[in-house]
Amino acid sequence: MITLKTPAQIAKMREAGRVVAAMLEACRAVARPGVTTAELDRVAAEVLRKAGATSSFLGYSVPPYPATICTSVNHEIVHGIPSPKRKLREGDIVGIDAGAIVDGWHADAAITLPIGRVSPEAERLLRITAEALRVGIARAQVGARIGDIGTAVEEFVRSQGFSVVQNYVGHGIGRAMHEDPQVPNYRPTRGQPNPPISEGLCIAIEPMVNIGGPETRTLADRWTVVTADQSLSAHFEHTLACTAGGPVVLTARGEGAAVAA
Amino acid sequence: MPRVSLCLEKMASKPSNKEVIEVEGTVSEALPNAMFKVELQNGHSVLAHISGKMRMNFIRVVPGDKVLVELSPYDLKRGRITRRVRY
Repeated sequence: MITLKTPAQIAKMREAGRVVAAMLEACRAVARPGVTTAELDRVAAEVLRKAGATSSFLGYSVPPYPATICTSVNHEIVHGIPSPKRKLREGDIVGIDAGAIVDGWHADAAITLPIGRVSPEAERLLRITAEALRVGIARAQVGARIGDIGTAVEEFVRSQGFSVVQNYVGHGIGRAMHEDPQVPNYRPTRGQPNPPISEGLCIAIEPMVNIGGPETRTLADRWTVVTADQSLSAHFEHTLACTAGGPVVLTARGEGAAVAA
Repeated sequence: MPRVSLCLEKMASKPSNKEVIEVEGTVSEALPNAMFKVELQNGHSVLAHISGKMRMNFIRVVPGDKVLVELSPYDLKRGRITRRVRY
């Protein structure tokens, strides 16, 4: 069931969104060669603790997600579990996905960071994926449909020669991290729900873009999702509220720190 | 954190998929429509139906039987009986 949020509820989600933005900024500040993904998790957890918020991810679903954030390195698409054994190396790209709960309201966002100097191909992937998110957000207009978002994202990413992951999708968000509707990053196929975007709808748009094919595989930990062809993958995400005045990003980071890494 | 897309969620009900939790339990009550109430080893009680494969092979399940139940991660109060355990 799709629930629409009142301006007061959206204001609460924005508070959660600020915490998420701070978590991502904190991770960006410390992510460099030699740092482990577990350290990133610790840094993000510290931001949460100071803000008096809790993680949307910790303990989520089955098997319970074991960490505060997701760190997905290189060919890992999403849901990578932070580990003290996983050291970031020069040339890696690492997706950082964070969610916070403030007063029972959720916000969810992700960025993908280059570690040191990365290959031109990786750099282009990051740029295109961040741009794909912007393209999607621009379509989140009251009166349009959810499918318009995915259609625009898919078209843009394909035009750049990359592919969009279809097995995982964006989502409505509010009292729970995952609410209806599903927000796919591709043109909805026949029979797939394609609800209209109404005022007060809050969604997380999150394109996952692969250099190779869109196929995914889940590792034995039952969380980490990797590209089937081991190609590099990037992931950017924002939580936004659809208002009469257009989409409002609730997880926006400070000015200048635009989505592009 | 992205959500598993709908088409994948549907696949989760296939036994070949690993997105299920398998637990052992004891049938406590037989209900209409081939449904059973199963008392799990962890003390929980779930509503479970018989898997199609078991139906086709006419495997009878009666209260008191030990059974293997698959639980969907999306609703932990319902399950599917996939095997009668011998003991």
